[in-house]
Amino acid sequence: MAIMTARDEQEVRKQFERMKDSVKLVVFSQSLSAAELCRQNEQLVREVADLSDKISVEVLNLAIDRERADAYGVDQVPAIVVEGARDYGIRFYGVPTGYEFSNLIDAIIVVSTGEPALSDETKSSLAALAGPVDIKVFSTPT
Amino acid sequence: MAVASDLVRAFAIEATEFPDLSRAYRVMTVPKIVINERVQFEGALPEPQFLAAVLEAVEAK
Repeated sequence: MAIMTARDEQEVRKQFERMKDSVKLVVFSQSLSAAELCRQNEQLVREVADLSDKISVEVLNLAIDRERADAYGVDQVPAIVVEGARDYGIRFYGVPTGYEFSNLIDAIIVVSTGEPALSDETKSSLAALAGPVDIKVFSTPT
Repeated sequence: MAVASDLVRAFAIEATEFPDLSRAYRVMTVPKIVINERVQFEGALPEPQFLAAVLEAVEAK
């Protein structure tokens, strides 16, 4: 059974009209831990990818594809890396439903255009950052 | 912000699916934001304040 409703699909398809360059969703799963959540996550990602021919999907295994996981800095499953023309550093841990789902769609569009929806002041401050920044945002589906 | 700078990495974490992480970062309410393991706050902040938190986290080294 599909996770997304026909109405969700219609809405997301409309939003994806703003996409520019292609986007790759790199999914990390692991059957030994959180098998059911990983299955749901893979299904949701494939449903989203089906809505635009600019989106491709690659499914990796956290235990087997260790080098790729380390390179992406991913150490939990289910995980999604949203990669555009390059890896901008955007990752999702957990099945992105509810509030996180719209964040996933937004992330896909932003990496596709390469244009963050930030003020010029914020952009110039970020361009001059003195060191690496790791931002963790915890949320729940509702 | 992650798109604006190569130095920024952003993780969106589903708190209920990762109880160990949520416990480690003492997530009581959501959204909870943790920057560089140092600066943390709860609730959505306007962009200038969010940026200030990021800059504080970088400078706190």
